[in-house]
Amino acid sequence: MTDAAPPLGIAPEPGVAKPDPILVARGMTRTFGGLLAVNVDRLEVQRNTITALIGPNGAGKTTLFNLLTGFDKPDRGAWRLDDHELAGVPAYKIARLGMVRTFQLTKSLSRLTVLENMLLGASNQRGERFLAGLFHTWRAEERENTKRALHLLERFNLLAKKDDFAGTMSGGQRKLLEMARALMVDPELVMLDEPMAGVNPALVESLLEHVKGLRDEGRTVVFVEHDMDVVMSISDWVVCMAEGNVIAEGPPSSIVTNEAVIDAYLGTHHGKTTQEVREEQP
Amino acid sequence: MDWSIIFEDGLRTAFGIIAAVYALTAVGLNLQFGYTGLMNYGQAGFVLVGAYGMAIFIYEVPSLEVGGVDLSLPVGFLIGCLCAVVLGLILGIPTLRLRGDYLAIVTISAAEILRITTNSRAAQDVTGGPQGKRFASGFFDVNPFDGRFKLFGAVAFSANTLWVMVWTWGLVAICSVAMFLLMRSPWGRALKAVREDEDAARALGKNVYAYKMQSLVIGGVIGGMAGMMLALSRQFVEPDAFQSSITFLAYAALILGGLARIFGPILGSMLLWFVIAASESFLSEAVEHGFLGIDNVITSDDIGPVRFMLVGLLIMLLVIFRPQGILGDRQEVMLGND
Repeated sequence: MTDAAPPLGIAPEPGVAKPDPILVARGMTRTFGGLLAVNVDRLEVQRNTITALIGPNGAGKTTLFNLLTGFDKPDRGAWRLDDHELAGVPAYKIARLGMVRTFQLTKSLSRLTVLENMLLGASNQRGERFLAGLFHTWRAEERENTKRALHLLERFNLLAKKDDFAGTMSGGQRKLLEMARALMVDPELVMLDEPMAGVNPALVESLLEHVKGLRDEGRTVVFVEHDMDVVMSISDWVVCMAEGNVIAEGPPSSIVTNEAVIDAYLGTHHGKTTQEVREEQP
Repeated sequence: MDWSIIFEDGLRTAFGIIAAVYALTAVGLNLQFGYTGLMNYGQAGFVLVGAYGMAIFIYEVPSLEVGGVDLSLPVGFLIGCLCAVVLGLILGIPTLRLRGDYLAIVTISAAEILRITTNSRAAQDVTGGPQGKRFASGFFDVNPFDGRFKLFGAVAFSANTLWVMVWTWGLVAICSVAMFLLMRSPWGRALKAVREDEDAARALGKNVYAYKMQSLVIGGVIGGMAGMMLALSRQFVEPDAFQSSITFLAYAALILGGLARIFGPILGSMLLWFVIAASESFLSEAVEHGFLGIDNVITSDDIGPVRFMLVGLLIMLLVIFRPQGILGDRQEVMLGND
């Protein structure tokens, strides 16, 4: 179970309001042709918690991630991070405002070294402007960033790899690098899309500790995950999607017994014999 | 068979104006394609607008006295650069938000449209049409060199050729130093991140569109400068000098030397032109002296096409056996494929 106290006094029902929300989404829809991929009336994420986003394949979890982080545009809807309305804001500006995401298929920058990957994450770099880059007026800033990057690499056990090309690393190490790189941005809200996918079980434990560490240092985490053991062990709150809708939310303990969630994963006829199902049909 | 003539011909071209112009063109491509991953197949268009921008300005304003100094040529040079900036913006604004292939198609078409337009009767008053445009820039009036010059004690250049070489290789050096500084800066790191994965760069708060635009425009201006040096060397511009083959030979030079390497385009261009010139010289010597009975296979009329077959063969062998080019890192190139 989790270290932090589970949120008290919040009703486990879809779209429930929470105290001190960092992210609020309202009336967001996204269609692909005739398919309604995301249709979220209201979703709030409480600050300084770990929220798991679960749901069967095709539920719209990644699409919702893409919408919230500006990588895709909703048909309609509004959402805000703290006091910043985000509709129409490009992805890179959303990242600068403090919501940073990772990807389901890890995007390590193969032909940059691990350290370069990390340094890229630092925000507001003066040396990233053309003239400052040309005249090398960024040395002091780079030293500070390097110090911070090495510190993070050490925390994520990647320090020995710092001068290797990121493309030479294993899948699990890339997941670690992507998470560490996201932290270089110093985000308020970290959005992890399947951080454990394809990672060997030994590494899952350490990844879980890192995710908990993010909350412990005051950040907010939203992550998509399929492994229920992982979800149960680290999340403070679970949001379940199915067919584009948020069908249930609540603390982990309430989700495992929630009828709507079980129906979504197993179908509405679970627990009945074939005979019973046949009899129900008109 | 006089092998020293073949070697001298190769060296003369490898250090000459044409190799310098292609090196500069390829430095621009290296920024766009090697470091940023932009598929600009219309570098010839940037070379053309630079050359015509400057040539037309100098033709219309042959002297521009300011405080006793004639600024016609420097201002013309700036206008040539400005034309390349404008072309970069026109091509970049609609295409850089789209996938890379769109840029490739738009740039290659734009380069052809520009060449055909400058060649057209409708534009004859401005561009001189197929006859081209001769202009008097005073570039050679300030040439401090006199007589003939010998490189390595053997390869001779005229004073005017040397004057153009100094300026063109000088520009290559300046641009390469700028690339060296930029690619070690966070700016260069951001460009490489865009090349590796646009979405990853975006997720870390980088304005990918702005980086791609800067890369396209700056690389284009470097190409424009190459065009201006080509025009200055002949005091003349004509549409046929700006065929798409400029783009492809510059790509050949870049890949030969090594992508995303500071000296890649320079070494590549010198080597490419050494091979082109030396093979031409070799073939004409061989045909003349019946070397290995080659005169039974080709005549002197076939030399032009056959030397490009040899260049094609060289590039094929290179891509098969050394895909990273001469200066590239094999491991790094292979990582790009996953």
